[in-house]
Amino acid sequence: MRALIVHRIGAGCSVQDRGRTGWLAQGLSRGGAADRLALAEGAALLGQPPDLAALELTGAGGTFEATEPMRVALTGARAVLRLGDKDLPPDAVHRVEPGARFSVGAARGGVFAYLNVGGGIDVPPVMGSRAAHLALALGPTLQDGTRLPVGADPGQAVNRGLDPEARLGGGDLRMLPSAHTALFAQDDLARFAATPFVRDPRGNRQGVRLEHDGAPFATQGQLTLLSEVIVPGDVQMTGDGTPYILGPEAQTIGGYPRIGCILPADLPRAMQAAPGDVLRFRFVTPDEALATWRDDDALMAALRARVRPITRDPRDMPDLLSYQLIGGVTSGTPEEEQ
Amino acid sequence: MNDGAGDDFPNIIPLGLDGMLVRFADTLSDSGNRAALAFRGVVDGAGIRGIRETSTSLASTFIAFDPVALSHDRLHATLRELLAGRDWSDAPLPGGRTRWTVPVCFEGACAPQLADAAALAGVSPDRAVRDLTARPLRALALGYAPGQAYLGTLDANWNLDRQSALTRSVPLGAVIVAVRQVIMFATSGPTGWRQVGLTRFRCFRPDHGERPIPLAPGDEVRLRAVSEDEMQRLAGQPDAGATSEALA
Repeated sequence: MRALIVHRIGAGCSVQDRGRTGWLAQGLSRGGAADRLALAEGAALLGQPPDLAALELTGAGGTFEATEPMRVALTGARAVLRLGDKDLPPDAVHRVEPGARFSVGAARGGVFAYLNVGGGIDVPPVMGSRAAHLALALGPTLQDGTRLPVGADPGQAVNRGLDPEARLGGGDLRMLPSAHTALFAQDDLARFAATPFVRDPRGNRQGVRLEHDGAPFATQGQLTLLSEVIVPGDVQMTGDGTPYILGPEAQTIGGYPRIGCILPADLPRAMQAAPGDVLRFRFVTPDEALATWRDDDALMAALRARVRPITRDPRDMPDLLSYQLIGGVTSGTPEEEQ
Repeated sequence: MNDGAGDDFPNIIPLGLDGMLVRFADTLSDSGNRAALAFRGVVDGAGIRGIRETSTSLASTFIAFDPVALSHDRLHATLRELLAGRDWSDAPLPGGRTRWTVPVCFEGACAPQLADAAALAGVSPDRAVRDLTARPLRALALGYAPGQAYLGTLDANWNLDRQSALTRSVPLGAVIVAVRQVIMFATSGPTGWRQVGLTRFRCFRPDHGERPIPLAPGDEVRLRAVSEDEMQRLAGQPDAGATSEALA
């Protein structure tokens, strides 16, 4: 079996794809990669469809070994991808040989790094997705020694890279109104937009807690709200007025007031904010928001167009011999695939 | 942004860039729930291009859409048209629903707070079980955990407040009550509701290929009181002895 052997894996790491749709009414949230853009970048780099699964790595990362020659690309958070005694650049495609151990270290910027493999992690889909839903213990579990099946990789191109969209380290999050925006006083909405928030250490795929100086944010009048549908990106105020950014594994319905909803395009930035990073919220007009919208096809087309060949100094290529032997060195143009 | 400020129902509220909520009430009511379910059925039946998924909660219908394929303004206008000229409070519920009959044990260790809950509802424990099993209850909404249905609505004497202190953990399958509703707990964990029974029926079973989540919003569930022995005997049967029939 073509597989990725997990020799060591940190807590919170999981197999992720784009998640499950169609179950919202029955109480199952979409889930899927916390940074969906990183998953798409991995697919573009490897020249494969965007619906394949990758490893979402956080915390201490992990150590791996391929059972067959395998292309890998690390996207998302800034973490060190190390093969033997070499650090390999992120956001680029590399080839690893069977038996060689490689590792992904703890993130130095951002929270979630993605180890994308040619052919995708091929665990059996459950309810239409390979993604683990950690809050529900749904999907594959990872532990030291796990062998993850990997699909066949029709591509061969390596030495391709792309410059990722900047989204690590916090920053501005654009918003539109959500279910309860109208229940907040205009003064509080203005104060919300003017307040720098610090990403708290308490956070996971369900939601991320934010800290701020100053008064809590509370709705006017209405103390109890009827539970209504939650969407990822909603910013919810808990009972004491502390904001939480709701993530892909948030519950599907909830009764806490939601002051606004982060645009899907900015959700990767929100989820990649590491403890201590500063986030600010900015309400935008519907037209501004619409200009940021990219469906999966448009996103993939844009990313594929940005994949470019990278040249490496032969002295930095410990695997040079294997390239020549298999004759797999290509011009690396993205048009060769797809 | 002022769209949701008024108390005129139904109102249409954007939920971010690619979601829209049609809110029929801001308090729990049978009519609001009926309207939300019925309207979701109408939206689904209208086959509107660009809608990706629909859902309901207690008194609102949610629509997820692609804002390029279907503009916000156009969806808003379409929803207004679909809403117009109809009293949604007594709308017929959509077709395709299921009625479940689910065995529940209301005895002994399965029902640690039955006596408390009954006293708060002003009835004897025997009468409490009769109340809870008297008629089918509607799955008003599913949430908190996948497949977990909020079943209602019980008579007004069952409008029990949540406990001030949480029960640290109730088991998977706990049947719990509060605020005129019953829940078959789809997970185990803490709750402020009171446990009055236990079922072996599983509301979330991801490995069940055909029907990983048996209930859907609008389905009906009638609880059937069984002894602990019978519950254990039924546990090995498909759906743990629960039966289902299509509702016309």
